[in-house]
Amino acid sequence: MAENKQVVSMLVDNNSGVLARVSSLFARKGFNIDSLTVSATDNEAISRITITTQGDTQTLSQILSQTGKLIEVQSVVALDGESSIQRELLLVKIAADEAMRSVIREVADIYKASVVDLSVDSMVVELTGKPSKIDGFLAVIEQYEILEMCRTGVTALARGNTILGGNMAEDIL
Amino acid sequence: MRLTGAEILAHILIEQQATTIFGYPGGSVLPIYDALYNHRDTITHVLTAHEQGASHAADGYARATGKTGVVVATSGPGATNLVTGIATAFMDSVPMVAITGNVGSSLIGKDSFQEVYTMGITMPITKHNYMVQKIEDLAPTLRAAFRIAGSGRKGPVLVDITKDVQVAEYDFTPEPAFVEQKPPFTADEEIWEIVRYLGRSKRPLICFGGGVVSSGATAELYELVHKAQIPAVHTIMGTGVLSWDDPLNVGLAGMHGFVSSNQALEHADLILAIGFRFSDRVALNTHKWGKRASIVQIDIDPSEVNKNIKIDHAVVGDIQLILQKVLPMVEKTTHPVWVNEIAEWKKEDYQPAGSNTTLKPHQVIGVISELAGEDAVLVTDVGQHQMWAAQYCHRTQPRSFITSGGLGTMGFGYGAAIGAKMGVGARRVIHITGDGSFHMNMNEVCTAVSYNLPVVTVVLNNNVLGMVRQWQTDFYENRYSNTTLNRKTDYVKVAEGFGAAGYRATTLTELRDALEKALLADGPVWIEAVIDKDERVLPMIPGGGTIDDMIVE
Repeated sequence: MAENKQVVSMLVDNNSGVLARVSSLFARKGFNIDSLTVSATDNEAISRITITTQGDTQTLSQILSQTGKLIEVQSVVALDGESSIQRELLLVKIAADEAMRSVIREVADIYKASVVDLSVDSMVVELTGKPSKIDGFLAVIEQYEILEMCRTGVTALARGNTILGGNMAEDIL
Repeated sequence: MRLTGAEILAHILIEQQATTIFGYPGGSVLPIYDALYNHRDTITHVLTAHEQGASHAADGYARATGKTGVVVATSGPGATNLVTGIATAFMDSVPMVAITGNVGSSLIGKDSFQEVYTMGITMPITKHNYMVQKIEDLAPTLRAAFRIAGSGRKGPVLVDITKDVQVAEYDFTPEPAFVEQKPPFTADEEIWEIVRYLGRSKRPLICFGGGVVSSGATAELYELVHKAQIPAVHTIMGTGVLSWDDPLNVGLAGMHGFVSSNQALEHADLILAIGFRFSDRVALNTHKWGKRASIVQIDIDPSEVNKNIKIDHAVVGDIQLILQKVLPMVEKTTHPVWVNEIAEWKKEDYQPAGSNTTLKPHQVIGVISELAGEDAVLVTDVGQHQMWAAQYCHRTQPRSFITSGGLGTMGFGYGAAIGAKMGVGARRVIHITGDGSFHMNMNEVCTAVSYNLPVVTVVLNNNVLGMVRQWQTDFYENRYSNTTLNRKTDYVKVAEGFGAAGYRATTLTELRDALEKALLADGPVWIEAVIDKDERVLPMIPGGGTIDDMIVE
């Protein structure tokens, strides 16, 4: 079966230790975590954890049903690229002397990235977008000297009226 | 009423009818033990020799009675000593509530005396765990612990209570005990699909496990097996659900299962898996297991579907409720050709030779089973003796064979037998162990002596770590690395030294005599049953193998 990148989105109780519980489950079951974000939701008692992972259909089904068993996980769903909005933020610090500044600025403009910091020898560029867009930008920028970078990992919401609420684990069996 | 945290805990134990508990005191649970002193007429606290023994006792109590077992331990080493017992219960889905104290909130995170992060240590081996640092959370958390432990797929829940919470005060109002309300099963179409699979099958086979026991579905399973004349095999956790002499009970399947059971799995065209999680000790080779069969699964846990084996049709829910729906839909039918075929394989089952001059393992288990009677609870440790016990224990009812199936915990038996005895009253409890396992936790005899518990221990002493040795014989060219024990332990003297009685048997007659005396005793008795070091558990299918790889001599 094909190995696919998957985005798993879950609503969890906003308790201390809940992140450890989820990541410990992924570790002991041998599921990958490519990126993980935890964020607030409109309900202060609930947080949203978004994990990008890899695996075939069977692995994804296990991830959903095993995660769904955790008492503090209220709901969990897999989001695909078509029916969801997936965004990531990139900060990248690039070595840039006076001569290079305009070159990098030009690339940034094409990607609608913004320069958020400038110093004598470097500049920091910020970009928000789909993971594939970030990958594309990085592929171009890699030819320059990257001093430091970080990506936040994916955060995602389903498109349309779909709201993560009920436990979806059973639907995928 | 206004109570301290420790008093709230005691009141919740009474409210939840958990009035037999196991544990060991210490610095971080002093307030709890002070409250238990107030309630000593209502709550029976069994003081073990070691927290591990207490955790196995709570587990054994739960397995024997179906109620939630409770264990209490202090912070730090008290909590870490529970770990093996909690993990054992987790692997076999046993309802347990473990209460640990922790240092006061002001000392948390400061590497204080006897401080460990109990939550973190027990997270992967509990169904859920809590740390209570606010008195107002205590009662709801303890009630949630009993609810989570005793509902759905059961399991251990740990509640870690800081010492300051134990002495803080809060209002308490008693509530009724938690009683599981199983959600009704409504997906009738899924049931019809099971019935259609059964209708198409010429060689149907039920393979069931401990889930049937947890769900209390013994009667329903019996009815299904007999109404539709479907032969059944079982895992070690399913022992006793169908009587051993039921003609449709083919018996134990898997690595040390019967030839007939494994042949039936190999040749079935439909395997109906009920409360069975396709562990690697039964579904030994996930690619070839049940290769001629469609696989239909009934289980309470959705994550068990397609976990180890690809399932053709799964119905997720409580087994008892599902079988109650299946029963009226299934036609009364017979499968005479298939049943006869299995009967032929039965004749090929491995038959070990008996002896009058030395003790043979199957004869030891046979005598125990015969003299202890149907009503007795047999509790095992882990290793060869466990497999012999599973093969020859002749159980006729569920919860009468208690064993660490999933985790395979050597040292489980004595604590579990003490817990079982506390739960089953007058019924006999026989602890079957080996010299390896027994040396791990034999200290719990002091508990059995203190509480005057007539638990009979039969030690199958072969002077070696028999199961590991057997693998060394078969797969490591007889290189017996660290498996020759030859301990100088005098079991009779050690038993007497602890205040128990001990016997030694080298022949069947001696064993019979000793067991007859032991079963009349009003305190714990050990019987050393001497067997040969080269006895092997047969048949055996090596890990990852199929019936074609079966070793029968």
